[in-house]
Amino acid sequence: MGKGTLKQILLLTDGCSNQGEDPIAIAALAKEQGITVNVIGVVDDDRISEQGIEEIKNIALSGGGISQVVYTKQLAKTVQMVTRQAMTQTIHGVVNRELTQILGQDQEIEDLPPEKRGQVMEVVDELGETMDLDLLILVDTSASMKNKLGMVQEALTDLSISLNSRIGSNKFSLYSFPGKRKNVDKLLSWTPKIESLTGVFHKLSSGGITPTGPALQEAIEMFPRKSRRSLISDDEYQEESGM
Amino acid sequence: MTSIKKSQVCNLPSGTKLIGKWHKRPYKIVKELGNGATGSVYLAESPLGLVAVKIGLNSMAITSEVNVLKHFSKVQGQILGPSLIDVDDWVTNEGTFPFYAMEYLKGQSLFSFINGKGSEWIGILMVQLLGDLDRLHQAGWVFGDLKPDNLIVVGHPTRIRWLDVGGTTLLGRSIKEYTEFFDRGYWGLGTRKAEPSYDLFSVAMIMINICYPNRFEKNQEGIKQLKERIQRKPVLRQYEVVLMNALQGKYGNAQLMKKDVISCISKSKHSIVDSHKKQPTKNNEKQKPVKVRKEKSKGIIETFLFGSFLLLAYILYLFGQTM
Repeated sequence: MGKGTLKQILLLTDGCSNQGEDPIAIAALAKEQGITVNVIGVVDDDRISEQGIEEIKNIALSGGGISQVVYTKQLAKTVQMVTRQAMTQTIHGVVNRELTQILGQDQEIEDLPPEKRGQVMEVVDELGETMDLDLLILVDTSASMKNKLGMVQEALTDLSISLNSRIGSNKFSLYSFPGKRKNVDKLLSWTPKIESLTGVFHKLSSGGITPTGPALQEAIEMFPRKSRRSLISDDEYQEESGM
Repeated sequence: MTSIKKSQVCNLPSGTKLIGKWHKRPYKIVKELGNGATGSVYLAESPLGLVAVKIGLNSMAITSEVNVLKHFSKVQGQILGPSLIDVDDWVTNEGTFPFYAMEYLKGQSLFSFINGKGSEWIGILMVQLLGDLDRLHQAGWVFGDLKPDNLIVVGHPTRIRWLDVGGTTLLGRSIKEYTEFFDRGYWGLGTRKAEPSYDLFSVAMIMINICYPNRFEKNQEGIKQLKERIQRKPVLRQYEVVLMNALQGKYGNAQLMKKDVISCISKSKHSIVDSHKKQPTKNNEKQKPVKVRKEKSKGIIETFLFGSFLLLAYILYLFGQTM
C-alpha cells in the first residue's frame, strides 16, 4: 500500500534564538523537504517577550506547521493537540492539492457543499489514523528552561501514549540544544516508543546561547532519507509546493 | 489570523441573523450557550423552532463533528446524541464560517441535578448512561471525551443525554479529544485506543468527580491514589468494586458494568433493610439501653424502607423503558 510517512519536527522552546542562522529560514527549508515544523512556546508566567512570541509563530508559519504558547502546566495536552492538528493539516493540504487537480483551479475542500466535504474529511481522518509518523522532538535546554524540563518529560511520555494508540506506526527521536560541544545533542535515536525519559535532560547548558536555527538545520539532517515514493515527501509534492 | 476569526464567531450579539450559503435557511441568534476549542454554540430561532447552532472556526473540525452526528442518526432505535438538523456555511465580510444546527436539549447540568435531588440518583443516571454507551459501542463507536460538561439531565421522565458528541471516535482508532481528569492515559492506567473500556473508565471518573467537584491532580501512585479517594467518600464506597473494576479496564463492555452498578444499588438497599431487620431481634436479647434508640429509629426505618421501595420500583420501570 505504501501510504507514506508524515515527517514532523516538534520544537519546544521558551524564547528567542540568538545565535546562528535565522530559524524562520531554516523552517522554510524543512518544509521544502516535506518536513513540517511545529513550535510550542513554554512559559512559566508572562515572561516571554513579544519578539519571542513573534519568532515562535513565524517559525511554524514558514515550516507549514502549528504554533502555540502555553503555560508549563498545560504542556502535556498541548503537545498532543498540536501534533495531531499538524498531522491533519498536512494531510488536508495534500488532499486539497489532489482536489485542485481533479476539480480545477481554486477548488478546495471549503468550496465543496457540506455533504461532499464530509466524505473528504473521512478520508483525511482515516489517513491521519493510519499513516506512519516520524517525529523528531527538539528541546531547548538553555538555562531558562531548567525548571520546565520535568513537565516537558511528562508531556513527551504522554504524547507517546496518544500516538501509540494510533493504527499507524511511529518513530520518535529526541534532541536537545544547545549541545555540549555541538549545536545539538542526541538524547534518543529513532525508536517506536518513548518510555523512560527519567534523567534524560541531565546535561543542562548554563550558557546564554540559544542557537535555534542551527539546531533546526541539524534536525532536518536526522530524518532517514528514503528513496521510495511516499505521499508527503516525494518530488512531485515538492515541485507543487514551490509554486 | 485565527485570533481575529475567533473574536468573530464568539460573542455574537443576540438578534444576529445568519443565512446558510447552501441551504438558505435563516437563523436568529438568541444567546450563547457555551464555547469550546472548535467553536461556539448558540441558541437560535429557526423556521423549525428553537435549535442549537454551533459555529466553528475550522471547517475540518466542524466537518468531523458533523460526520459523527450523521452516524448517530443512523444508530437505530433510541436517540443517542442531539439530532442533526442542518449543515451549512455562513458567509460574512470577515470570512466564511462553517456551522451546523442540532436539536436544542433543555435540562440541568449533572452536578446541579444531583445537588438538588440527592446522591441516590447517581446510580440511576449511570445505569442510563451505561445503557446508551452499550448501544453506541455496539454501533462501532466510542464516545471519547466523556465528562459532566458533555452531559445534560432532561426532565419528564428524567433522562441523562449527551450534549456534545464531538469527540466520538470509531472503535479501534485513537481517541481524538479528551479531558485529563477523565482520561485513563493521564492516570497511567491505559492507552488512548478507542475501545469500550476507555469510556467505562471515564464513567467511573464522572462518579468520582460528583463527590470531588473540584477534581484533584494525580500524584505518582496511579490506581492507589484513586482507590484511596473512593474509600474516603461513603457514596463512592458503595460502588467501590464497580469503580475499581472500571478504572482497571476489567469490563469488556458497558453491559457488564451496568449489571454491577444495578446490583450495587440493590445491595445497598438490602443492607439498609437487613441491618434494620436484624436490629430488633438482637436488641430483644440484650437489655434496656438500646430500647430507646429502637423506638426513635422506627420512623427512620419506615422512611428507608419506603424510599428504597420507590427506588427499586423506579429501576424496574427504567429497565422496562430501556430494554
